[in-house]
Amino acid sequence: MAHAHTSDTAHHDDHHDQPATGIKRWLFATNHKDIGTMYLVFSLIMFFIGGAMAMVIRAELFQPGLQLVDPVFFNQMTTNHALIMIFGAVMPAFVGLANWMVPLQIGAPDMALPRMNNFSFWILPFAFTLLLSTLFVPGGMAAGGWTLYPPLSLQTGDSFPMLIFAIHMMGASSIMGAINVIVTIMNMRAPGMTLLKMPLFAWSWLITAYLLIAVMPVLAGAVTMLLTDHFFKTSFFNAAGGGDPVMFEHIFWFFGHPEVYIMVLPAFGIISEILPTFSRKPLFGATSMIYAIASIAFLSFIVWGHHMFADGMPVAAQLFYMMATMLIAVPTGVKVFNWTATMWRGSLSFEPPMLFAIAFLFLFSIGGFSGLMLAIVPADFQYNQTYFVVAHFHYVLVPGAIFGIMAGVYYWLPKWTGHMYNMTLAKWHFWLSAIFVNVLFFPQHFLGLAGMPRRIPDYAVQFTDWNMVSSIGGFAFGLSQILFPIIIIQCVRGGQKATAEVWADTHPTGLEWTLPSPPPYHSFTTAPVIP
Amino acid sequence: MSVTRGDHDDSISRPNGLACACALILAALGWGSAAHANTSNGYNLPIGVTQLSRDIYTLHMEVFWVCVAIAVVVFGVMIYALVKFRHSQGAIADTTLVHSTKVEIIWTIIPVVILVAMAIPAARVILFMEDTRNSELSIRVTGYQWKWQYQYMDAGEGVNFFSTLARDSNFARQLRSGIDPKTVPNYLLEVDKPMVIPSGTKVRLLLTSMDVIHAWWVPDFGAKRSAIPGFVNELWFRVDPGKEGIYRGQCAALCGRDHGFMPIVVDVRTPDDFKKWVEEQKAAVKQAAAPAAPAASTDAAPPATAQVLPTAAN
Repeated sequence: MAHAHTSDTAHHDDHHDQPATGIKRWLFATNHKDIGTMYLVFSLIMFFIGGAMAMVIRAELFQPGLQLVDPVFFNQMTTNHALIMIFGAVMPAFVGLANWMVPLQIGAPDMALPRMNNFSFWILPFAFTLLLSTLFVPGGMAAGGWTLYPPLSLQTGDSFPMLIFAIHMMGASSIMGAINVIVTIMNMRAPGMTLLKMPLFAWSWLITAYLLIAVMPVLAGAVTMLLTDHFFKTSFFNAAGGGDPVMFEHIFWFFGHPEVYIMVLPAFGIISEILPTFSRKPLFGATSMIYAIASIAFLSFIVWGHHMFADGMPVAAQLFYMMATMLIAVPTGVKVFNWTATMWRGSLSFEPPMLFAIAFLFLFSIGGFSGLMLAIVPADFQYNQTYFVVAHFHYVLVPGAIFGIMAGVYYWLPKWTGHMYNMTLAKWHFWLSAIFVNVLFFPQHFLGLAGMPRRIPDYAVQFTDWNMVSSIGGFAFGLSQILFPIIIIQCVRGGQKATAEVWADTHPTGLEWTLPSPPPYHSFTTAPVIP
Repeated sequence: MSVTRGDHDDSISRPNGLACACALILAALGWGSAAHANTSNGYNLPIGVTQLSRDIYTLHMEVFWVCVAIAVVVFGVMIYALVKFRHSQGAIADTTLVHSTKVEIIWTIIPVVILVAMAIPAARVILFMEDTRNSELSIRVTGYQWKWQYQYMDAGEGVNFFSTLARDSNFARQLRSGIDPKTVPNYLLEVDKPMVIPSGTKVRLLLTSMDVIHAWWVPDFGAKRSAIPGFVNELWFRVDPGKEGIYRGQCAALCGRDHGFMPIVVDVRTPDDFKKWVEEQKAAVKQAAAPAAPAASTDAAPPATAQVLPTAAN
């Protein structure tokens, strides 16, 4: 087993004890906190760019008829909204949180591979500059959906190779980030920190990192085959040349379904840190929580077919994918029950991170319920490719993954900056987000059930009212998010000094609370003693 | 419901603001008039007019109610905890409550039982849905960017036509057309030439595509399946006798620029009326074929293929 033995040998470079100044600090950053900060800032920027695209979508869908944008531009917005939110906002935010928190939680001085860490971050701005620049090339951005199904994706204009290269870069970055997390956790835990003693956030990231390493190369392979189909006359997915367009779907969703859990497992970890703190009570069933995450991760590899029921599948495969998918409800249920039991007979207070965590609990469960409905194959034939699916995955990604990220930021921000943030404003941010996220996405269940397909820029008039409600919710949700950077910037600049424990009267557990706020540049220069 | 239901889309009431709020609450509780309509009421699945669509509706409502029941229990416990165990009300945390093997086994087993109970009826419907044997009429449905082609076999052998978005919808849907969609009858859900089928007949569709992936979907039939180039997917439905009328759907797989503008309209007629329609179609084909010009509209498949293939093969 891994034993932490690196902390006392890591400081021969005296000049690394202080951050470099100016641009060099960021360009040549090797410090886990600086890199974590860059990841988080980057993801916040992407969150607003992806959000702006969502605003275009909701504005066009405010009423029937085409008022604002051409259908092609609309498709460009849906496609790139997804790509940017998934690869630009959610995933880098989690890597940023891992960079900041994993060394602090396991009692390490830094991440294990600091230069690779730098590289994996600095790839991202180039990848997304490349992706966003496709807006200006002939043919515009990719418009075939983020799932890139051929043959449609092969009709993309000049942006096609740029898109593929951008995805390769994002994949390389994710893989490096994942390797770094695994190596750090396996080698740099403080003496006495056995794996089962490790905090849940680090655990959820360890499992997520394995998922990333397993599936990002699969995506790379799939898009590379698209590239050769497009430019080198191969026929991997071209039926006219003996290829198989459905094969792409299988390969894509073999990546795509674990990807769903890559975007939510670290949020599970964050929620498992926050609920005990503000319930003033240890996490209920901590070991079963770890097993639940591991089971979900395993099941995520054998359910990809449920994305493709309507594409034609043998009965046996339909039954298998249905049952495997329904099985995911069991470990997910265990997690929700354990979280509820954590609050049970606790002593709850409702600071912003706790509010976001509670909203996560309720709203992620709603996404879970619609997920269960979608697993029922015959019903899936009606739900599939409608707004019901859009509502489902936005419930698990926005009040799921993104609320999880926001909860984490509000939980650890005072630790990072050394200042408390404006609690009142953060509570405003919470209530506006929690209310309008439902106004935005709940009506989309109705739209889907009533028969509105997804990815359409214009719709039959009977869908008007719910679309208007959804758009109003969308604009309000979008505007509410402006509070988030305001609160963060205020907190970075100053404010009431945060103590080491930050949430003093809750006595949070975890090594990160044993260090001052903000923590020293090299976190744990001597390994902490684990009882 | 023996009258022609050509206007039935108007019967989908567009609820006003207040009705919306009520509908939200009602739908959240799973009530609503959907239970008595064939077509969606605006916030729930249609019951539809085939055995399959009814089975799907039943499954959908069963699973929905199971979810509601679970939600009431779980959210109820959560809300109770949030109210009861508040720090501000002096609640003291019971830090010994951290583990209970018994409880954890119970809340693992119960969901498994519920899931199995859901999976069994669902599996039965899957077997029913996939049984395409003994069909009485087969129609080859081909997706194009952005129209559908219907080629009849069996009793309709020789009938072959394209179905595209109706002209008035097409004018109104242009960017900043200035035409209010509400003034266009069946906006985006009307075609120039609907697919015609007989009621009470097991109709099998053979779906494929000449360019990109499309999906043929009529919610009232509970019928959706992708049309994929190089593949032939099967799909069947039997519309109940007495439910003759017009049924509408849309392409359900992103297929490019005009994905939102390739509707599906199915005109269900009595078997006798269908026979008459087939005769009319065949007569029209003969008439068109008679004067020299080799078939314009009814035999459009080869030119359309040639026109589309270069993009598909890129």
